[in-house]
Amino acid sequence: MAHEVKLGMDGTLLNWLRGVGEAVKAGDIIAEFEADKATVEVTAPADGVVLEVRLEVGTEAKEGAVIAMIGAAGESAAPAAAPAPTNGHGHGPGPAVAVAATTPEGKIKASPLARKIAEDRGIDLSQIVGTGPGGRIVKEDVEQFVPGTAAPAPAAPTPTPTAAAAPVAPAAPVAVPPTPTPTAAAPAGGRSSYGKLPEGDDVEILEVSRMRRAIADNTILSKQMTPHFYITMDIDVEPLLRLRETLNTALEKEGIKISVNDMVVKATALALRQFPNLNTHYYGDKLVRHKHIHIGIAVALPNNGLMNVVARDADRTTLSVLAQHNKEMFARAREGKVKPEDIRGATFTVSNLGPYDVEHFGAIINPPEAGILAVSSARKVPVVLPDGTLGIGQRMKVTISVDHRVSDGAEGAEFMRYCRQLLEQPMRLLV
Amino acid sequence: MATKNLPMREALRKALMEEMHRDQRVFIMGQEVGYWQGTHRVTRGFIEEFGEKRVRDTPISEMAIGGAAVGAAMAGLRPIAEFMTINFAFLALDAIVNHAAKIHYMFDGMFKVPLVFRAASGWGDQATASHSHAPEPIFAHFPGLYVGCPATAGDAYGMLKTSIRDDNPVLFSESIALYAKPGPVPDDDNYLIPVGKADIKRPGRHVSLITYARGLEWSLLAAKELEKDGIDCEVVDLRWLRPLDTALVFESFKKTGRAVIVEESLPFYSFGSELAAQIQEHCFDYMDAPIKRVSSLDVPLPYSRHIELMALPNAEKVVAAVKEIL
Repeated sequence: MAHEVKLGMDGTLLNWLRGVGEAVKAGDIIAEFEADKATVEVTAPADGVVLEVRLEVGTEAKEGAVIAMIGAAGESAAPAAAPAPTNGHGHGPGPAVAVAATTPEGKIKASPLARKIAEDRGIDLSQIVGTGPGGRIVKEDVEQFVPGTAAPAPAAPTPTPTAAAAPVAPAAPVAVPPTPTPTAAAPAGGRSSYGKLPEGDDVEILEVSRMRRAIADNTILSKQMTPHFYITMDIDVEPLLRLRETLNTALEKEGIKISVNDMVVKATALALRQFPNLNTHYYGDKLVRHKHIHIGIAVALPNNGLMNVVARDADRTTLSVLAQHNKEMFARAREGKVKPEDIRGATFTVSNLGPYDVEHFGAIINPPEAGILAVSSARKVPVVLPDGTLGIGQRMKVTISVDHRVSDGAEGAEFMRYCRQLLEQPMRLLV
Repeated sequence: MATKNLPMREALRKALMEEMHRDQRVFIMGQEVGYWQGTHRVTRGFIEEFGEKRVRDTPISEMAIGGAAVGAAMAGLRPIAEFMTINFAFLALDAIVNHAAKIHYMFDGMFKVPLVFRAASGWGDQATASHSHAPEPIFAHFPGLYVGCPATAGDAYGMLKTSIRDDNPVLFSESIALYAKPGPVPDDDNYLIPVGKADIKRPGRHVSLITYARGLEWSLLAAKELEKDGIDCEVVDLRWLRPLDTALVFESFKKTGRAVIVEESLPFYSFGSELAAQIQEHCFDYMDAPIKRVSSLDVPLPYSRHIELMALPNAEKVVAAVKEIL
């Protein structure tokens, strides 16, 4: 029988790599999608021949949409199967899609009535986010629109560059969560209009990439909705750097190299096990406590992008395995080839600007997570030694941002103290 | 107005009885309308009341029934010809379409054809593919013929009386499934529902459910269900497919901006297609969503009970269609 090829997450179809009639093996990449954060590959679920493709290049589709059928040559695709639900169609009156949707040709989706009202009132439809099926702008959206509150319709999908010029630095102060945000309607994210676009030779007008939009949406949502507070601690990283050197020397033959970041991720995960409240997400009248500890790691990308890869069950993963996994995920992120599971399900995030000689910074929480750890550079600084004299130490500032709806200062401080103990007695990361 | 609760079959019977008493030119013809008391018992007691001259049992030949009715109407009588089911009216299409509907026009008004073809329609009780049609739109396709499709007992009463008194030929479709359904019937010999006048059976703000005949029941049930979700449906019962009360349809659509068309008939080249086309043409700037159609599936109606029910429209399908466009 024919197998359905389903989409792992919402996205826009970039490319069919296999066409109807072509033979495929299970695991072969048959299509590429641009999701909010990355180019995502869709693989064949079984051996066979591509019987049918159900989506055109440039079309958006929802997670779970059946985009193709694979089966034996000559077999017909299941006749009863509905076409892939694109743009939310066929989903009933579910949560509205919160971006002004466009057709594959780039035309804004708006009902004739919405167009008429917008025209009568001199409203630019591209400023409005549609809440109708598939993101269509309907009457209500135009009537409730307040000029200056929303923003340009999304640009046509921009393919993620595949070039891997710059190294992937595990870094940057914000990261984009793959999980849906707890509020039903995302804000008209960071796409605030500052009036008329500047014109002329002095400026260049660029399209906003899908990833940039997602970052804008999420950071705006976070800064508007999440009451952040920050706690900074100074960590003595001398023992940690020594241990790292010892470990890496020992593991050199196996080709494993543990980074400071891997150790911070491990410490964070272990600390979260002691402080499950910080692994808890705030959903209005409910709190969601996660039983697994998946640490999102913010990764800067060469094309002015940023994504979170996810170290799953980081508290239960040995440091060497964690390091290996992280390295592989960074490579996939750099090549724009992350798998859906690479970027899904973070429960807490670590953002590390260590490689940039940063003294100190604070990070923006990824909603709906309760906190994010901002890791600055390890630096040689003057310190007061235990005997009261001055000396030179290796210190690293670490700052947690906490969602005050979930937790308070005392708990945040205790978490940080525990984290510091782990990092200053790094053997504890190994046992 | 004083009313009396009657099943639709009794409301039709009352209309026929009163009109036959009122006008001696009115007579009934059809298979088993007399001594058998009518297949659907609409003409129960008529042969005793009016005799063989005005209640005529005919041979099993729809072409003969149709042709004789047209001739009698041209000659000055006011025949009411009954097709036991509308499926058999296909045999009389020539008389209905080429003669009844055209003669007044082709003979430059020399002849009027004041007749009523009554036909029992639809169903969905395992009568199989060839005996379960609700093909009113086929008849409404042709200019020159009125098509009435009542959904309630009261409307059936007023519409049949109007049809009998009108000088134009009328195809009067009676849903078999509705014969036993009771409803208030006005106690008024002269209760007439004008040809081509639709009726708002339930006012609402969010979406117009536009329907006729059995579709009304599905639409009202769906409206009740959708009310729980805060969706306020307006239910427009067209009553006549021709003339079509587009004025009321447009008025309703301009209020709600959304429409689901509900019909028992088939979807291809259908009533729903026609109405959707008219709405988009005349109300384009008022459209806030695509127009949806709920109808029977585009298949011969299956005999097997389970898949027969799947092929027919119902309230759940209407609810789903509404939710798709809201």
